Amino acid sequence: MTGHVTTLAGPVPVVSAKLTARDRLGGWKVRWGIRRYSYTVDPGLYALGAPSDTSPVLVTANYKLSFDALRCRLEGRAAWILALDTRGINVWCAAGKGTFGTAEVARRIEAAALNQVVSHGVVVLPQLGAPGVSAPEVRRRSGFRAVWGPVRAQDLPAFIDGGLRATPEMRRVRFPLRDRLVLVPLEMTAVAGIALAVLVVAAAVAGFGPGGFSLARVLAGVLPLAAVLAATTLAGTVLTPLLLPWLPGRMFSARGFAVGAVAAAFVLPWMPPTYSTLRLAAAALTMLAGSSYLAMNFTGSSTFTSLSGVEKEMRASLPWQVAGAVAAAALWIAGGFVR
Amino acid sequence: MSDLRYLDDVVTLTYDRAKCTGCQQCTYVCPHGVFVMDGNRAVMRDRDACIECGACALNCDFDAIHVRAGVGCAAGIIASWFRGKGGEVSCGPEGAGAGKGTSGGCC
Ligand code: SF4
Ligand code: SF4
Repeated sequence: MTGHVTTLAGPVPVVSAKLTARDRLGGWKVRWGIRRYSYTVDPGLYALGAPSDTSPVLVTANYKLSFDALRCRLEGRAAWILALDTRGINVWCAAGKGTFGTAEVARRIEAAALNQVVSHGVVVLPQLGAPGVSAPEVRRRSGFRAVWGPVRAQDLPAFIDGGLRATPEMRRVRFPLRDRLVLVPLEMTAVAGIALAVLVVAAAVAGFGPGGFSLARVLAGVLPLAAVLAATTLAGTVLTPLLLPWLPGRMFSARGFAVGAVAAAFVLPWMPPTYSTLRLAAAALTMLAGSSYLAMNFTGSSTFTSLSGVEKEMRASLPWQVAGAVAAAALWIAGGFVR
Repeated sequence: MSDLRYLDDVVTLTYDRAKCTGCQQCTYVCPHGVFVMDGNRAVMRDRDACIECGACALNCDFDAIHVRAGVGCAAGIIASWFRGKGGEVSCGPEGAGAGKGTSGGCC
C-alpha cells in the first residue's frame, strides 16, 4: 500500500507492482502450509500505478497469493484491481464454492461505485472464476460487461495490449512440471504427519513379542518401517506428481501403484536380514497400496480430472487399497511374533 | 503437452446444438478447449477433456449445455462421506497451488 488516489467515488488505495521480500516470504510460507487460511487482503477496489477512467478493471480474489500474482505481472502499467471477498481462497477454488460468484461480482462493482471510477463499463474476470460467475448475469445485475481474462496472470499484459483478447493458448489450463513441483511441499507435509502418527502407534505395538515388551524390538521393528513409510510418502506425494505424464495408465491410482512398485524394488533389499517374511510382505503392500492411494489423492491438485472420473477411479481402486492397508497392518503385527 | 489426459467416456457433459446461438461464451470459459466455434455455432471438439467445472453451462445463457459440476478430488469426495453430504464435494479453504492462477491444490 502506497497512499491513495482520488476518484469520483472517493479515495482508492494504491498498491505497487513490486513484491517486497515480505510478500515473497509470505507466499513461500503459504506453500508449506503455514498460516494458509489467513493470507488475505481486504476486499474492494485498489489502484495500481496511476489509473484513469479508461484503465482496465481486473477482478481477483482476496487471497493474497492471487492478488500478488496479479499485481506483480503489471509493472509499469495502470489498472484498477477489484478484490472480491472469497475469504482468502484462490479464484479457482472459490469459484467452485460459489464465493467467487455472480452475486459477489455485482455487489463489489456496486460497493466500489465502479461506474463512477471508469467510463468503459467493462470488468476483466479471471477465466478460472467462470465456474462461479455467469458473465451474462453480471451484465444484467450490474450493467458491466464481463470479459474473460487469461488463465495465467503472466498473460495479462499481452491480453490487455491485444484489446482484451485472449489467444486459445491463454485460455488453456496446463499442468507443467513447475506447477506440479509447487504443490509437492503441501502434499508431503500433510502426509508426513500421518506417517509419524502411524510410526508412534507401530512403536507401541512393536515392543510386544515372545517374552513380553522389549525396547530392542521397538527399534528393530520401527526403524525399517520408518524407511518404508518415507519411501511410500516420497513415491506417492513427490515422485508420482512430478513424473505424472510419463507414468503408465490414466488413473492416478495406477500411476502411483507403478511408482510404489519401483520404490518397493529399491527399499526391500535394504530391509534388515532379521526382518520376517511377513513384515517384508507388509512393507511391500504398504508401498503399493500407500503410493497408489496418495497418488489418487493428488487428483484434486491436478488440473485435468473430473468428478465423474475420480468417482469411477475410486470405485475401482479404493477397495483394494483399503484391503491392502489392513492386510499390511495385520501382517506387520503378526510378523513381530515369528522369525 | 496434451499428454496429461484423464479417463475417457465418463463425464456428464451434454450439448444441444439446436439451442446454441453462437454467443461464444463456452469457448471463452472452458479451461480445456472442449468447445470451439464451427461457423456460427459451438461444437464439442474434445468431450473427454472436460473436467466438469460447470463454467460453460453457467455461462451459456441459452440452456444449450448441461453438466453435473463438481471437483475431481478424491480427498474431497472422501471428506464429504465423513461429513455425510452424500457425495457432494465441498472444498475446504485450501489450494495454495493456485496462486499462479493456474488452478491446482485440492480445494
Ligand atoms: S455458450 Fe451456449 S449459446 Fe453460446 S456458443 Fe456456447 S453453446 Fe452456443
Ligand atoms: S464443464 Fe468446464 S471443462 Fe467441461 S466443457 Fe464445460 S467449461 Fe469445459
